[in-house]
Amino acid sequence: MTINIAFLKLAAYFAVLSNAELDVIKQAFSEKTFQRGEVILWEGEMSDVLFFVAVGAVKIFKTSSQGKEQILSIARPGDALNDISIFDGKTNPVSAQALGPVTIYGIKRERLQIVFQQNPELTLNAIKVLAERTRHLFTLVEDLSFRHVLGRVVKILLTHAGDGGGPVQRLTQQEMAAMAGTAREVVARSLKALEEQGYIRLENHRIVINDKESLQKILTDTI
Amino acid sequence: MTEMPSIDKKKCNRCGLCVSVCGCGAIVMVNNVVTIIETEDCHWCTTCEAVCPTGALTCSFEIVIEESPKTDS
Repeated sequence: MTINIAFLKLAAYFAVLSNAELDVIKQAFSEKTFQRGEVILWEGEMSDVLFFVAVGAVKIFKTSSQGKEQILSIARPGDALNDISIFDGKTNPVSAQALGPVTIYGIKRERLQIVFQQNPELTLNAIKVLAERTRHLFTLVEDLSFRHVLGRVVKILLTHAGDGGGPVQRLTQQEMAAMAGTAREVVARSLKALEEQGYIRLENHRIVINDKESLQKILTDTI
Repeated sequence: MTEMPSIDKKKCNRCGLCVSVCGCGAIVMVNNVVTIIETEDCHWCTTCEAVCPTGALTCSFEIVIEESPKTDS
């Protein structure tokens, strides 16, 4: 196992270090690989190793007591998976699952503390990284808390729906998110909620509205 | 012809995340270029779009209204 400095450089927590400094600290890291679907971290468990993605993509999510999943973000190379629990010493607030083959780099909490003490600039940088995360989560909380996001998604569906007879404009979930002024994760959750209610059906590359009246009622109720 | 996710090669940075998450083998790297292979196995999970950091890969939806059959009362 060789820790690749190029991958360490991707990590927001360590990106401020020079290649020479990274070369010194790289021996503190270990590597683990995961296959698609494998859970890397479970919500509620303790962590003593800070993990971050070197290769691949990881789903960061919470699960409700009813088993409903809310994706909070997709972690890509350089993103930390459990920094919150490493820094506050409490349990993982989220779970993390490999979306494909994934390589993770990890550093034990005690080693991390030593690396931070030896490189004080990392502390200020860590505050910046955590502040950016907090800002993202504030936006997500706002969107998930207010019903009008669902109304905005419904409005997009009704506005862009065709009758199946002719060519209609096609939309991606990313485009719907941009139109609704929200995150892609919130659009995905809204579509799932509408499907569970039986108002729409998600098929391959088609969103079929099968209860237009109920959607119009949601629209009226959320204005 | 099977509908497949589309790729904007100008936006693609060839990071390969879409290739790594595709569960049906529809997205592959050929000569360092992300290439879509037509397959019936693609179920439009949209994970490739979700992980793409540059918005190069898209899975668009057609939105249609299905008229419910009238029931006589």
